[in-house]
Amino acid sequence: MNSMERKRFRHLRLWAPILLLWSLASVLHAQDQQPDGEDADTAMIESAPTDVEPGTLAELLPLLAKSNLRERAQLADAIATAGHPRSAAVLAALLKGQLHSIPDDPPRVVIVSAVGNDPDVVDAATGEPLGRASGVDSKRIPVNNLMRRQLRTLIARASLDVADPAAREAAVRELMGSDIDDDVRRLLMERAAVEDNATVREALVTAVALAKLGNEDPLVRIEAIRNLEGSLLSEARASLARIAANDPDPSVRKVAASALQSVQARVNFYRFLENVFFGLSLGSVLLLAAIGLAITFGVMGVINMAHGELIMLGAYTTWGIQQLLPGYIDISVLIAIPAAFLVAGTVGVAIERGVIRFLYGRPLETLLATFGLSLILQQTVRSLFSPLNRSVSSPSWMSGSLQINPVLSITYNRLYILIFGLMVFAALVTVLKRTDMGLKLRAVSQNRTMSRAVGVRASWVDALTFGLGAGIAGVAGVALSQLTNVGPNLGQAYIIDSFLVVVFGGVGNLWGTLVGAMGLGIVNKFLEPYAGAVLAKIVVLVLVILFIQKRPRGLFPQKGRAAEG
Amino acid sequence: MINHDRETYPMMSRRFASKLLTGGMALGLGLASFSTQAQQGEPIKVGVLHSLSGTMAISETTLKDTMLMLIAEQNSKGGLLGRPLEAVVVDPASDWPLFAERARELLEQEKVAAIFGAWTSVSRKSVLPVVEELNGILFYPVQYEGEESSRNVFYTGAAPNQQAIPAVDYLMNDLGVERWVLAGTDYVYPRTTNRILEAYLKANGVADEDIMINYTPFGHADWQSIVSDIKRFGSQGKMTAVVSTINGDANVPFYRELGNQGVSSADIPVVAFSVGEEELSGIDTGPLVGHMAAWNYFMSVDTPENAAFIENWHAFIEDTDRVTNDPMEAHYVGFNMWVKAVEKAGTTDVDAVIDAMVGVQVPNLTGGIAEMLPNHHITKPVLIGEIQDDGQFLTVWETDDLVPGDAWSRFLEDSKNIVADWTDPIRCGNYNPATETCSGQNY
Repeated sequence: MNSMERKRFRHLRLWAPILLLWSLASVLHAQDQQPDGEDADTAMIESAPTDVEPGTLAELLPLLAKSNLRERAQLADAIATAGHPRSAAVLAALLKGQLHSIPDDPPRVVIVSAVGNDPDVVDAATGEPLGRASGVDSKRIPVNNLMRRQLRTLIARASLDVADPAAREAAVRELMGSDIDDDVRRLLMERAAVEDNATVREALVTAVALAKLGNEDPLVRIEAIRNLEGSLLSEARASLARIAANDPDPSVRKVAASALQSVQARVNFYRFLENVFFGLSLGSVLLLAAIGLAITFGVMGVINMAHGELIMLGAYTTWGIQQLLPGYIDISVLIAIPAAFLVAGTVGVAIERGVIRFLYGRPLETLLATFGLSLILQQTVRSLFSPLNRSVSSPSWMSGSLQINPVLSITYNRLYILIFGLMVFAALVTVLKRTDMGLKLRAVSQNRTMSRAVGVRASWVDALTFGLGAGIAGVAGVALSQLTNVGPNLGQAYIIDSFLVVVFGGVGNLWGTLVGAMGLGIVNKFLEPYAGAVLAKIVVLVLVILFIQKRPRGLFPQKGRAAEG
Repeated sequence: MINHDRETYPMMSRRFASKLLTGGMALGLGLASFSTQAQQGEPIKVGVLHSLSGTMAISETTLKDTMLMLIAEQNSKGGLLGRPLEAVVVDPASDWPLFAERARELLEQEKVAAIFGAWTSVSRKSVLPVVEELNGILFYPVQYEGEESSRNVFYTGAAPNQQAIPAVDYLMNDLGVERWVLAGTDYVYPRTTNRILEAYLKANGVADEDIMINYTPFGHADWQSIVSDIKRFGSQGKMTAVVSTINGDANVPFYRELGNQGVSSADIPVVAFSVGEEELSGIDTGPLVGHMAAWNYFMSVDTPENAAFIENWHAFIEDTDRVTNDPMEAHYVGFNMWVKAVEKAGTTDVDAVIDAMVGVQVPNLTGGIAEMLPNHHITKPVLIGEIQDDGQFLTVWETDDLVPGDAWSRFLEDSKNIVADWTDPIRCGNYNPATETCSGQNY
């Protein structure tokens, strides 16, 4: 009892730094939070010589429908200069691919709303509603990357005066990323003079300062550098680095270099945090993949080579649920969690009853039989659903990233999967430690004969335990469907890693699996920038092999008589 | 029903087919529906060597179906030299050494007139010694790294100068890209292609610090650090693009991570050489819109030939949702070239057909005429397309003329003086015109 308690405390000590980092990250987040700003590059937008006649919006739109890509870019410029109240809406629709044309003479241009299965259609020039998309035979007006950049700048210029401060700030940041010419600078300065929102004004000051870095007067440049000092924005840092290296005036170079120096420590710190998050996130994927195996292999001692295929079944279940509920992408993933548990769990029970129970105590034969099963499951899926990958959409709440500051952002899907992995882990620990079923499970795995003597139906417990491990593998599949391909080969990619984590963490110890997964994840991510992804993987594998040589029972070996047996 | 069986269990039905042959019926089971045509003589066997199981099944199964369709079409036109064609389908199961064994089986036991097959470079390299030893013909339909020209192989996919180099030209000249990320999966095709691209970029005045090269393992799924690096590399004030030779399965998590980290195609465009319509059909294309791919064919190309091809494909596969892609077009061109060469030679004899192949011209699906060159590569147009949200490509750029394929790259030090020419009087896959020597090192 005493040693068990000590064990629990040791786990706490391992937990502490992770929790600490988390709380740190959330505090930083609270301090530095800024609305999403796009980390745009400073690429040139080449304004092609205009041979499109300026005109009114109503005249220009039919031309847009018939144009080729080059003409379309010029027409977009002309629409922006036409200054019609609907110009901005038309350009925004064009950017988002919502601007459609109806073949007619002259062609009619409409905006198809983004929401709903059968969205509303309005006339682009007048805004007059034209009914539903299903009732209109329209074709999208396509744009390319060059045009997307051009449109973003055009829209940003037009949005400097809109009412919503967040939109104004986004516009300023967009212009910051583009090449700031005299025109834009004048616009920015005019806006800065009347701006009353503090955040937007700050962005405007940075943008104007960025523009002034190109000024001929060294004093103006130094002034601008001072304005940029302390900014974590990548545009600001890139410009300062350029000035520090290339400015003709040595004093300007010096000021720029010291301004860069002042943020370097913070940048490095945030990068370190980012790396830790990457490591934890990779760790959470490893944890999810391995945790089911920690039950079947760790607790029951069954070498289940078909574990990866159970993960795959979970991922296919996610896809199946999305096919059944096409309009509800946002919640279908949540519904898929119990569904995947049931599907994979049922298959797990079937595997246990059909194959594994005849092979207990014969690990080699179990290994071969389950390997055969994994091939059968793969080919079955291949024949049923075709060898092609299935497309699983991400719910909107799992897309994008949490922008903590310009240097540090955390992608939502990884964040949720990390939390989900920890939740699954907590649930599993609770089941094992706090429920009747968990008690029986541990009893059977420790001393089968004795448990049977006191009335536990050992074979029934075996089936349920294997089903539990398999079900959790299925749940892992739901999470993986959000990160990687859903195809027949999905499981193969994770089977080795899963065994690695379980063996490294200590067979039979769930906490070992957690620490092993997170540890391997972090080591991998800290090695990757130096060694590259390929070498990092090899190094981790070699380290684990060396570690196992030293401690054959892993990080947290089972102790006591049960473990010796 | 029976047709379907033959596709799924090629081995079994082939045995069955040979029984039928001994029974005096000269037609294979799968071709029974065309038996009403007046076709005399023994069937000409065509080997189809594509993986139907294992990792590569995802890409190669479609090519097997394409071959069956092309052969069925040819039979409905009266076969070849008055004889019916018979497909012999084998499954090398994505296992590279098995490719060699299956190729040997096709040539020695089945005595096929030509083999259409292989996808990965390593599978091609595994088959190469076998087709050379047994003097067979292999049509290889996939874009590859070049630096190779075998007398017995016809390369109907793109060489680097028909895909990678024009794509880089487009990025450099039309998009003004100054910084380059060359990201690839760690195997021979990306390594060689990136070596060529690096040499090409440096020859065009790109500095060392403006090139970032990154390799990842097959099926790499955790792109967080790499995308974050790319983002940082791309935010230094110069237009940046990613040239991706990332292989099939690793692409989905890569694009997802790009999307989630907020890297849009307008900020840092990715141009890929291994992502086509087929791969996109298994992806939620939302986050990919605007990223690019360089190919020699897109399903969206608007020509009458392509429309007919797509219609036939949908009718053959009985699914109008199926897409067509570049390697399928390569098989279409390769198969038609082989048919023409056999007709020209008047026999399926390998030596005669190889000699007849060079100079053969057939229409491709993009409105041009593909010609087989003396180095056993073909002429192709190069198209750059941007991914649309329906999984199709919008062509944003194409070459004015067809580009002849180079077997040996002009941009690599060790191969810049080498040419391949399988016509008289040179007849060599690795020939140095300056020294007039043939090294015999064809691959």
